[in-house]
Amino acid sequence: MSTTVETATEVRPFQVEFRKEQIDDLRRRIAATRWTSNELDESQGVQLAMLQALARYWANDYDFGRVEERLNALPQFTTEIDGLEIHFIHVKSDHENALPLIITHGWPGSVIEMLEVIGPLTDPTAHRGDAADAFDVVIPSLPGYGFSAEPTEVGWDPARTAEAWAELMDRLGYTRYVAQGGDQGAGVTDAMARQAPDGLLGVHFNFLDAAPRELLMAALNFRLAFSDEDRAQFGKFTGIFMRGYLTEMGEHPQTIGYSIVDSPVGLAAWMLDHDADSYEKISRAFLDGTPSGGLTRDHVLDNITLYWLTGTGTSAARLYWENSRAVTAALKHAPPHVSLPVAFTVFPGEIFQAPRHWVKKAYHDLIYFNEVDKGGHFAAWEEPELFASEMRAAFKPLRDGGRSS
Amino acid sequence: MSTVETATEIRPFHIEIPEEQMDDLRRRIAATRLPTKELVEDRSQGVQLATIRELARYWATDYDWRKVEAKLNALPQFTTEIDGVEIHFIHVRSTYENALPLIMTHGWPGSVIELLETVGPLTDPTAHGGEAEDAFDLVLPSVPGYGFSAEPTELGWWAGRVAQAWPELMRRLGYTRYVAQGGDVGAAITDAMGRLAPEGLIGVHTNLFVPALGGTMPTDTEQERAAAEQIAVFRATGFGYFLEMATRPQTIGYALLDSPLALAAWMLDHDTDSYYKISRAFVDGQPSGNLTRDHILDNVTLYWLTGTGASAARSYWESGQATAKSAGQAPPPMNLPFGFTTFPGEIWKTPRSWVEKAYPNVIYFNEVDEGGHFAAWEEPELFSAEIQAAFKSLRNGSS
Repeated sequence: MSTTVETATEVRPFQVEFRKEQIDDLRRRIAATRWTSNELDESQGVQLAMLQALARYWANDYDFGRVEERLNALPQFTTEIDGLEIHFIHVKSDHENALPLIITHGWPGSVIEMLEVIGPLTDPTAHRGDAADAFDVVIPSLPGYGFSAEPTEVGWDPARTAEAWAELMDRLGYTRYVAQGGDQGAGVTDAMARQAPDGLLGVHFNFLDAAPRELLMAALNFRLAFSDEDRAQFGKFTGIFMRGYLTEMGEHPQTIGYSIVDSPVGLAAWMLDHDADSYEKISRAFLDGTPSGGLTRDHVLDNITLYWLTGTGTSAARLYWENSRAVTAALKHAPPHVSLPVAFTVFPGEIFQAPRHWVKKAYHDLIYFNEVDKGGHFAAWEEPELFASEMRAAFKPLRDGGRSS
Repeated sequence: MSTVETATEIRPFHIEIPEEQMDDLRRRIAATRLPTKELVEDRSQGVQLATIRELARYWATDYDWRKVEAKLNALPQFTTEIDGVEIHFIHVRSTYENALPLIMTHGWPGSVIELLETVGPLTDPTAHGGEAEDAFDLVLPSVPGYGFSAEPTELGWWAGRVAQAWPELMRRLGYTRYVAQGGDVGAAITDAMGRLAPEGLIGVHTNLFVPALGGTMPTDTEQERAAAEQIAVFRATGFGYFLEMATRPQTIGYALLDSPLALAAWMLDHDTDSYYKISRAFVDGQPSGNLTRDHILDNVTLYWLTGTGASAARSYWESGQATAKSAGQAPPPMNLPFGFTTFPGEIWKTPRSWVEKAYPNVIYFNEVDEGGHFAAWEEPELFSAEIQAAFKSLRNGSS
């Protein structure tokens, strides 16, 4: 830790600024891509026609000023926590009694996935909501992602990030707040709920990423229920562990790191090959011009361009290595149970649709559970209005005057 | 394939890479954007930055592709179309009479490059401390999708299909009694050939124990438990490359075609033993046997110049599909004479008991004290001596 506490805890305004040479270099590399031959089967991965359409749009039509403009239009800051410079967006609502909310993105995401929920959450009256539903929103970049610094030592697992987030909220003066996350953000948010720092009132997930022992018990609970639905979801859930991207980043992030830092199309392919639902949607955005909700060509490229220009492909991948070590450790020494209130939304395109009784088994105080009819793994990105309305409904009981006060 | 004569024709082959391709490669190496250093001091996060930095430096400044190009061109090389795919192969006949024809198949991330140093000892044994009666006529094909063989343009080229193409190649070359050898992917192909037992194939030798990839093996003895533990460690810590190529060869293929250092890193990250040996060759200038900087880069450069990173990866996808289809079914038995050599640095040290359980007709088993996964590449003389010993009993007059 820094010796001068005052400097270390300072919160400094932040502006994104990319150099023109960086963008020219990226354009040149895209144009100079050496392409592979056509895949022989669509199951072999990101398809050539799709990636070539993406590269064409990226090099010729995409506005490289977008990331800067979109981010710099928002109040951004950095502050050093636990030795790492953390970047975050912080938008306060104009409404009194807004509930502070910290939202954590996942992989292959960034704060970019969360930009469109800021309006509905902080300014609900402009988005078919009530002033009573307003949030103050804090959206940090995970360590090693985007404009946060990358860890220079091992140990930045979700639990350590969770401690940093509590410190961040404390530094911002919030004494009563809630937290939300999907994907890797669900891991961080789950860890926050287990640590139950002062001020954290409750959490919401759109991905079930409970501690491994509890998740396993929840999933194996199908032996009691044993419905077709349980079996179907269990199959989808275990399928995650047969994915190459997860195994490779969990074992050897440095090796894949050379690919995703040196080749723009290599990076794009690696990021798009996440889950079948989002891949098909993004593919349609590029090939047919029919995006699904907020998953437009520009939005998808904003995120990939952010990874490229910050050069964070490798450091982001290392989170999976940390995670894999943390999961192994948690199997030996189970973390504390979550006693805080938990809310959960099931999006239909998510990798698996966690049945209610799984979630209830993993988190005993389930205050909200809803299955919606639109959106997938990148729920906030794809369906920001629906996502925001889920936040309003989920956290309503925790507001002043609600059940916990 | 309307004219059969043209299709089965065997044409001489010569490599000549245009200088622009070499310039482009050097430019790309020089322009590489490297990640930050891994956060550990060993291989546990993957290929280390110091290794890749030194490899990149040597590749761009000191390495000379023209040497290996000349070496390949000094050998008789040919292509011929089999089952719709143009197959490249090296074919060196021994000057000795009664030489035993041998078809040897490379693996991934290998190519014919890994087998080059065995050509002398196998075809000209007397110049390498061996006997004239141990001579082989040698056929070294490039697997479809690898090196100078064409890449398949349709599905279905799993090891079992390559195993059907190789006997056709041997037939075209006029061989009626021959043996086959392979390690890694080449072992899978050779194992499949043995199970097909085509006319003329009289025995096989492998240096990777293929049956352990398909199912669990007994763990009754200390040696068996040790080998099973090595397989478990590999599956738990070094399996990402395998799973990615078996499920998403196209996705990883983009970077392998577009970034020389991505390709090099992906190819170096195979097994712990060979990784550290290769890393030492670059970082400390201390190669293990024949795994020198130049030889490693010959192979990586071959993948780069032929642009075969994705097509080679697809062979894992084909294997994955074939494994899924045959799940629960035992493969056809392998009754041909079988030889096996256990090299100490291989991913797991196969015990004799496993070999005898999986192959009823074991004619040779040996454990040697040097060499690893790339046995022919690393220890070509020792490897050649193993091949000579393994097949001795199958030669004319002795069986």
